[in-house]
Amino acid sequence: MKTTVRVGGGQGFWGDDPDAPRRLVEGGPIDYLMLDYLAEVTMSILQKQKERDPSMGYARDFLGAVQSVLPHIRQHGLRVVANAGGVNPRGCADALRGISGDVRIGVVTGDDLLGRIDELVAQGHQLANMDTGEPLSGVRNRVLSANAYIGSTPIVEALQQGAQIVVTGRSTDTALTMAPLRHEFGWTATEYDKLAAGIIAGHIIECGAQCSGGNCLYNWREIPDLANVGYPVIEGSPDGTFVVTKHPGTGGRVSTHTVTEQLVYEMGDPHSYITPDVVADFTTIRLADDGENRVRVSGIHGSQPTDKLKVSIAYRAGYKAVGTLVYAWPDALEKARMADRVLRERLERLGLKFDKILTEFVGASAAHGPLTPATDAPEVQLRVGVRSESKAAVEGFSRQIAPLVLNGPPSVTGFAGGRPKVEEIVAYWPALIDKRVVQTTVTIV
Amino acid sequence: MRIRLLDIAHARSGDKGDTANVGVIALDPKWYPVLAKYLTRDRVAQHFTGMITGGVDRYELPNLGALNFLLHGALDGGGTLSLKTDAQGKVFSTALLRLVLDIPDAEVP
Repeated sequence: MKTTVRVGGGQGFWGDDPDAPRRLVEGGPIDYLMLDYLAEVTMSILQKQKERDPSMGYARDFLGAVQSVLPHIRQHGLRVVANAGGVNPRGCADALRGISGDVRIGVVTGDDLLGRIDELVAQGHQLANMDTGEPLSGVRNRVLSANAYIGSTPIVEALQQGAQIVVTGRSTDTALTMAPLRHEFGWTATEYDKLAAGIIAGHIIECGAQCSGGNCLYNWREIPDLANVGYPVIEGSPDGTFVVTKHPGTGGRVSTHTVTEQLVYEMGDPHSYITPDVVADFTTIRLADDGENRVRVSGIHGSQPTDKLKVSIAYRAGYKAVGTLVYAWPDALEKARMADRVLRERLERLGLKFDKILTEFVGASAAHGPLTPATDAPEVQLRVGVRSESKAAVEGFSRQIAPLVLNGPPSVTGFAGGRPKVEEIVAYWPALIDKRVVQTTVTIV
Repeated sequence: MRIRLLDIAHARSGDKGDTANVGVIALDPKWYPVLAKYLTRDRVAQHFTGMITGGVDRYELPNLGALNFLLHGALDGGGTLSLKTDAQGKVFSTALLRLVLDIPDAEVP
C-alpha cells in the first residue's frame, strides 16, 4: 500500500480556469486529478442542452482538460475522477473515447431519476421540497431533471476495475476526492472516521483555489501572485490524516486561515455534514501548520450515514430579466431612486404583472443593504430585476429600461448592450429519497 | 469597549437555497471566547433586520475558532430565482463584519 496519495483539485465549478488542470498536473507530483464541475444549477443547464442535442448534457470543458493531461495519464499513471458526466455520463465517455484512444474509462450511472419520477411517486416517495415541504405535484409538469447525489462506492469500483478516467453524473463533490483515498488505502464502508476525513479533504479542495488563497479575506493584500495561483493538493495518509498544500513555485497561499475560510464555506450544522457515505463532524477537525504552504488536518470523526440520498430536481419557474443604468454625481443616488420610481409607474401603467420587482443601488447599498453608511457616491448603478410567469411581462419590462436615458432623470450613462436579456428561470428543488431505490452501475468503456 | 468584528475576525459566506451561511473566524484565537460569548444569535438577527425574512441559527466550532450562522430567507428565493446581485450570499460575510460589539473592558483579551 502507498503511504501517501496525492489528489489535486483542478476545477471548482463548470467555468473555472480551463488551464488549471494542466498546470496542476505539470507543476508537481499528483496521483489523482479531481475535477468538480457540478453546482446546483448546472444539472438543469446541462439538461436543457441535452434536450436540444441528445449527445450533449455533460461539461464539455472536461474534454479539453483531459486532452491537456493525456500524456500524464498514458505514461505516468495519472488517474482522473470527475463528475463531468452531468446528465449524460455515457455521452461524455463516448466523446472522451474519441480523443483518448485506448485509455480505460469508467462510467458511473444510476443517479438519473428523471424517467422514474412518476413510478417513484406512485410507490410513495413524495420527493417533497426539503426546504418548504411542498409536494412535487405542484411543479411536476415543469420538471427538467432529477438526479440523486451518489457517494464514493461506484467510483471506488471503477478504480478497482482499472479505470484511468472515472466519469460520473451527480456524484457529491466530496466523493470525488474521498473515493481515490478509499480505493488506495482500502478503507471499508464502516471506517467512518477515515471516510469522514476523506470527505473533509474533498470539501477543502472542491472549490479549487478557494482554499489556496483565492477569495481569501484574511490578509488578502499579502497573498502573493494570485495571477499564478496554485490549485490545491491533498496528501492523504492511510490513517485518514492529510496535508493540504500546493505545488512549489505557484502563487496563492495555503495556511490554517485559508483552509478555515474554505471549511466554513456553505456549511450547515457542523456536527452533521451528511453525505451518502458518512456523516462528518466538522467540530472535530484539527488544523496545524506543517511548514510553508502546508496545513496538516487530523482528528476527524465520522458516523454512520442516513438511509436517504439527497435528490437535485430542476424545474422551469418562469422568466426574469435584469436592467441596469448608471447615474453620475451630483446626487447620483437621488437620481437613481427617481428613475426607479418613474420606471415602476410606467410598468404599472402598462399593466405588466410581476411576481417580484427588486431594485438595488449598486455603489450605495446592493452588497450590504441597510447596513451601508450613506456617502456622496461618485456614481450609482440602478439595477432593477423582475420575474414573472409571463414571458410577455418580462419582455415588456425589458423595453422600458433604455428609454429612461432620454426621458428620465439626468446624468445617466452605461446603457450599452441593448435591452436586458429575458431568461427562462430553471429553479432548484431539493428532496430526499430512500437509498435502496437508487442503484448505481459501473461500466468500463 | 466597542469592537468592530472586522478588527477581530475574518469570514466567508455562501448559500444553500434561500439560506446564506456566514462562518466568522477569530483573527487570533484569543478573540474566540469573546465571539462565543457576545456574538449571539439574537445579536446577529438584530444586525440583519430588514435583510433576511427568516430566522438565524448559530453553531460553535471552538476547534477552528469559528462560529457558523445560518441566515434563512436571505437570498430572495436563492439560486436562479433570486434577482439580487448577491444571489449566492457571497458578501454577507463582510456585512456581518460591520457589526460592533460592546465588550466590558475587563473581558478584552
